[in-house]
Amino acid sequence: MSPETPTVTESRIGRMPRPEPRAAGPAPAAPAAAAGAATPHLSARGFSLWYGSFKALKSVSLDIPGNSVTAIIGPSGCGKSTLLRSFNRMNDLIPGVRVEGAMTVGGLDVFGQATDVVELRRRVGMVFQRPNPFPKSIFDNVAFGLRMLGVTARSEIEGRVETSLRRAALWDEVKDRLDRSALQLSGGQQQRLCIARCLAIEPEVILMDEPASALDPTATARIEELVLDLKAHYTIVVVTHNMQQAARISDRTAFMLTGELIEYDVTKTLFTNPRVKITEDYITGRFG
Amino acid sequence: MSAAATGPLAGGLARGRAARRVDAAGWGFTALSGFAALLIVAMVAVIMGNIVWFGWRAVTWDFLVKAPAEGMTAGGIFPAIFGTAALVVLMVVALVPFGVGAAIYLHEYARPEAWFTRAVRFSVNNLAGVPSIVFGLFGLGFFIQFVGRGMDRALGLDVVWGQPSLMWAALTLALLNLPVVIVTTEEALRTVGHDQREASLALGATRWQTIRNVLLPQAMPGILTGAILSVSRGAGEVAPIMFTGAAYFLPYLPASPTDQFMELGYHVFVLATQSPDVDQTRPLLYGTVLVLLLLTFALNLTAILLRARLRARLAGRS
Amino acid sequence: MSGVPNTIAGDRSTALARRGRRRWTEAFVSVVLRLCAFTAVAGLLLIMVFVFREALPILTDPEIQREASIAKFFATPLWQPVGDVPKYGLAPLLVGTLKVVMVAMLFAVPIGVLAAIFASEFAPPGAREALKPAIEILAGIPSVVLGFFALIVMASWLQGLTGSVSRLNALNAGIALALGVIPTIFTVCEDALRAVPRSYREASLALGASRWQTAWNVTLPAAAAGVAAGVLLGLARAVGETMIVLMASGNAALVSASPLDSVRTLSASIAAELAEVVFGSAHYSVLFFLGAILFVTTFVINVAAGLFVERLRRRLAGA
Repeated sequence: MSPETPTVTESRIGRMPRPEPRAAGPAPAAPAAAAGAATPHLSARGFSLWYGSFKALKSVSLDIPGNSVTAIIGPSGCGKSTLLRSFNRMNDLIPGVRVEGAMTVGGLDVFGQATDVVELRRRVGMVFQRPNPFPKSIFDNVAFGLRMLGVTARSEIEGRVETSLRRAALWDEVKDRLDRSALQLSGGQQQRLCIARCLAIEPEVILMDEPASALDPTATARIEELVLDLKAHYTIVVVTHNMQQAARISDRTAFMLTGELIEYDVTKTLFTNPRVKITEDYITGRFG
Repeated sequence: MSAAATGPLAGGLARGRAARRVDAAGWGFTALSGFAALLIVAMVAVIMGNIVWFGWRAVTWDFLVKAPAEGMTAGGIFPAIFGTAALVVLMVVALVPFGVGAAIYLHEYARPEAWFTRAVRFSVNNLAGVPSIVFGLFGLGFFIQFVGRGMDRALGLDVVWGQPSLMWAALTLALLNLPVVIVTTEEALRTVGHDQREASLALGATRWQTIRNVLLPQAMPGILTGAILSVSRGAGEVAPIMFTGAAYFLPYLPASPTDQFMELGYHVFVLATQSPDVDQTRPLLYGTVLVLLLLTFALNLTAILLRARLRARLAGRS
Repeated sequence: MSGVPNTIAGDRSTALARRGRRRWTEAFVSVVLRLCAFTAVAGLLLIMVFVFREALPILTDPEIQREASIAKFFATPLWQPVGDVPKYGLAPLLVGTLKVVMVAMLFAVPIGVLAAIFASEFAPPGAREALKPAIEILAGIPSVVLGFFALIVMASWLQGLTGSVSRLNALNAGIALALGVIPTIFTVCEDALRAVPRSYREASLALGASRWQTAWNVTLPAAAAGVAAGVLLGLARAVGETMIVLMASGNAALVSASPLDSVRTLSASIAAELAEVVFGSAHYSVLFFLGAILFVTTFVINVAAGLFVERLRRRLAGA
């Protein structure tokens, strides 16, 4: 077989291989997170970021364990999206951005010289605030990442597209119209399509930047349900301005304010018994 | 004198009177500007009316498919139509790749403050302002005398490349229309939302993959607009092709890019200025003008409709 | 990379090979696109080089200078390139160009600017719908057709109107040229007026000014740089235009003040004489020299127009 075709083609309908447990891989020498025993999947150490001369992130350190949902909350402009977008280096697109400190994903140094950004973005997927499907068919949207990575076998693409759409809880609604334009779907469906698109390339991490803020309550509920389902196979980080949502879906929550990580704890603890006063003020609505 | 004329309201009354005077001037100004607009519409109507009136009878099927005969007093203009078509096709083939490539560079790769970027933008802006006869001189001095003769010398030929031909005329027109394609393509690329780029890159696509699979397909209507506009201009410009390949009467159709060609605009020029018997050639002349106009209008209309669709899409998104 | 079995990307060596290929493709594409952008720069440079190169003998070749030189351009009032003793006096051409351009601008600037003001400030929607297509149509008429119209139709009307001796003269060519230039002036001016923020107009109207007072005192001054740019661009177009003057001006190299006399412009001379000229002769160099004059003139005017556009942009952004 030519080097182009993948050597392992296991995916059959309904079965996608799971990533190996983190413990087997090389682990960064980092102190474990609050109540976590497993090696963290994502971590930041003294990570700072500047937009030009404006310091948007101030020495943020945190560890996010694998197969969990972590929420990042905080008022507008606190840097939560900036932090999120650093994990898959989407901030590279903005001219004048400068970073300091370390960030790792599954042991891979995100900002390292030798790091392949394309591979990083395959492993760390992203879902955006406003659904942004391509003006192509539903099928072509989900297949996009696969084709860019060099997968050409039609049968393999079809299999993975179906699997991803099932995982994103969208298959039943679109299976009869895969050739129709993605733009004909409703907002909630489009967002689930974007999730499917992201799942198709088998990421380990899914970053979600306010994934439901542009959607109506019903669609929001479905997305939240989906996040809880996906947690079994992926590490998920969700930025949200909706505290109730954070409380509903996340295992851990990080609270940020003006670029600093104020508090990071198991969700239940952070919302019922926060350690820092400002956190309590924010949660109780004294500012925001 | 009543209290009103001297009291605090007096100023107001006087101002009212002055305002009414001033209003007459204002009304005059408005009327004048309206008259200017009317004049434009009227002149266009007159010109178009005149051409259609005297030309429509001449444009028959035979006129479009036959060659000229009897010293341009009878027959048709098919060779000119064919020559014009061949010319713009060659021009588009040479022009669009470079124009679109340059626009992609400016939109995706260029750093705004780099000297190269500024040089490119400066060149695009000023190429658009070069007089068309200077393009004709350039075509003669560079393509024919320099490149063409150089090729002849290098290949040991007598005079094959170093003379007016379809090829050189098409290349000259391609350079003339380069700014049009670059500007419209860049405009089209700008209408593609930033979120599309982000989505593609976040999925692990490279910059070129993103351009090719996401940006270019979505910018296609705009790119087509630019190509069509360039064709319309290419079909209408005469000065650049007068010395680089156009001919008045050829007994054959151009079969290769090294042949000379008849062309609609050039045909109008020669018929109008050098006909021995103006009255006899008048029908052919008006007919040719009408065909040329219909051609350029059809092209421009298509481009305008495409552009409107593009703008609607941009508006719908925001 | 961690030890995760990666079913899509294949094993490590495949991934590295693909990454290498990808890097190479990206670099290649980057270079190709850069080259494409460079054609614009190269094009402009080549035009300058080759037009000036063929004109250079006027300044450097003594052989050529016996027939034509800068001094000789102004030593004689006659333009007679063909004859026993060729005379290359520039005066008739310069005067001719000036006359035609002045007539054209005299018509085009008021009509173009006023119509733009009308379209942007006063026009009821119906009128605007009629005006925009008219301008588009006018802009789409090739200059050879305008020249044709002036030659065949308008010249006779004007002759009847003015009783002039020459049927083809500066007036005829000037009016036709104005038709060619009006769309440029109109479009740029209208864009500039449209770009003035509504808040300016609303503030003025709220203070009790009438619509025309607002237009004259607030909107027009705010768009002044854009209007200037439009006029300059129209001027550049008028100076460089060839086909209209070639067909409608009579092409007689005369020095006179009357617009009813035939004229010969720089551009028309090049077009009329280039066909018969011998490659490398003095005449050949002179024609390229005329081309160089046209190039430099329009270049300077266009650069000035660009500066005005910049000033307009800055003023509306900062103000």
